[in-house]
Amino acid sequence: MSLDKEQVQHIAMLARLELSEKEYAESVEKLSRIVDFVDQLSQADTDGVVPMAHPLHAAQRLRPDAVTESNERDHYQENAPAVENGLYLVPKVIE
Amino acid sequence: MALHTQSLAELAAGLRNGDFTSVELTESMLARIAAHNEKLNAFITVTADDALAAAAGADAARAAGKGGALNGLPIIHKDIFCTQGVKTSCGSKMLENFISPYDATVVENLANAGAIMLGKTNMDEFAMGSSNETSYFGPVHNPWDLECSPGGSSGGSSASIAARLAPGATATDTGGSIRQPAALTGTVGFKPTYGRVSRYGMIAFASSLDQAGTITRSAEDAAMMMSAMAGFDAKDSTSIDEPVPDYAAELGGSVEGLRVGIVRQHFDDGLDAATGERVKEAITQLESMGASTVEVDLPNIDMSVPTYYVVAPAECSSNMSRFDGVRFGHRASDPKDLLDLYCRSRGEGFGDEVKRRIMTGAYVLSAGYYDAYYLKAQQVRQLIADDFKKAFADVDVIAGPTAPAPAFRLGDKVDDPIQMYLNDIYTIGANLAGLPAISVPCGFVNDMPVGLHLVGSHFAEGTLLRCAHQYQQHTDFHKACPEGFE
Repeated sequence: MSLDKEQVQHIAMLARLELSEKEYAESVEKLSRIVDFVDQLSQADTDGVVPMAHPLHAAQRLRPDAVTESNERDHYQENAPAVENGLYLVPKVIE
Repeated sequence: MALHTQSLAELAAGLRNGDFTSVELTESMLARIAAHNEKLNAFITVTADDALAAAAGADAARAAGKGGALNGLPIIHKDIFCTQGVKTSCGSKMLENFISPYDATVVENLANAGAIMLGKTNMDEFAMGSSNETSYFGPVHNPWDLECSPGGSSGGSSASIAARLAPGATATDTGGSIRQPAALTGTVGFKPTYGRVSRYGMIAFASSLDQAGTITRSAEDAAMMMSAMAGFDAKDSTSIDEPVPDYAAELGGSVEGLRVGIVRQHFDDGLDAATGERVKEAITQLESMGASTVEVDLPNIDMSVPTYYVVAPAECSSNMSRFDGVRFGHRASDPKDLLDLYCRSRGEGFGDEVKRRIMTGAYVLSAGYYDAYYLKAQQVRQLIADDFKKAFADVDVIAGPTAPAPAFRLGDKVDDPIQMYLNDIYTIGANLAGLPAISVPCGFVNDMPVGLHLVGSHFAEGTLLRCAHQYQQHTDFHKACPEGFE
């Protein structure tokens, strides 16, 4: 196994994913296989190759710095799990 | 002639001639969906009332001498496209209750052309899968054999088109998610050049690879839909500002003198022998129509699957971070703090494959591994793109198999991620290089459909559609209908 449980726990925390014990066991096995599989990339000779940034080498388009959106807060918050007075509610962050 | 067997082009003519109305056509398609969807599980949402109201509007527009190129024609959308006021789940528990507050540009463009949405189709969760088995709403069944997968991730779209539940569907393709399901269901799957169709409102999986396209029964129908869908969109920062040709007008030329490239690696051990025979017969057919074949070399193509499974998960882990249980989507109950809210909402809301790809991405992007994996993959990706560029100096299209074998049985590959990933071995290259590609039905193996894959250079959509259309004028594989869905 190229990954162990401790590494998978670290990755899951980086990704903010809670996993069950069963999911950890399965993830160690399957993620190890994926990592082993993609490891074959190390055989490719890429000396001096500029990493691709865009398939058509397009540059990021800019637009004038002007307000173009209308305020749709109430409309968008219809999908929110918990809101109050136009604010998103989360558990207490600061004691 | 029954309406459900007709192509979009035929139905458009029927509507123009007054043979039937959009309301009659829409009713007949909704009846097909009601009769057959239970067997297929191809739809997540059917929008019958909205469809009938829109059809009545289309009939009125036609009567007044108005209406766009697709006026009154029923289509279906993959549930990855945001549709205002309609559930947009992306095949996930995370978005099970998400009602989109806006329309994707693709949805808007097709509606502006007069198309009628019948519903939203099932798909692998967040488009991550090649069998439609990762959907939170259950797998889709292949109409050619209900025990088999219709491919993925656009399995609901491919199964619906094959079963004649609609004449045209939208779909998306990140590594083969339009073309592989099209091959496995005997339909035409078309993925245009990266940036040709707006990604605005198309829920992102891997943003440098994702592209919207179509699943239809003919290349002619793909051309009709593409003419309405494609074009520059200021709301998509990677949209390409190139004029959209009239794709239907490009179908008519011949393939006389077309140079067809054959890649040796595409016909070696990984390919089912009988599938390879069907594809070779299709290439012989193109030769008999005046095309010539040339062997081309893509020296780095064997690296395409490992390259993809670094780049796509990396971009996936970044895109999926927006699902935090705060602004929209699934939220865990009684979180004890903010971290618990994030971790449990995501742990509960995402399925196994999505979690696996998020974690693969988090790993290849993490400190100490970024250069070895992500940067390396983007370098190999450039090598693969360069190989294609060199090849297209000598050929107009590259032909080969779409998938390594016909449809596999549901459950067969679900436990082995690498086997599942290798399903896309022939299609991934086009995504990595941003090239347009199409899968066209080219025969059967044990009564299951096989697809011919054609890849073109950037913006060669017209060449691909013409080649596929001309091939379909000489073959009738796309007219074969699965038993029980006649």
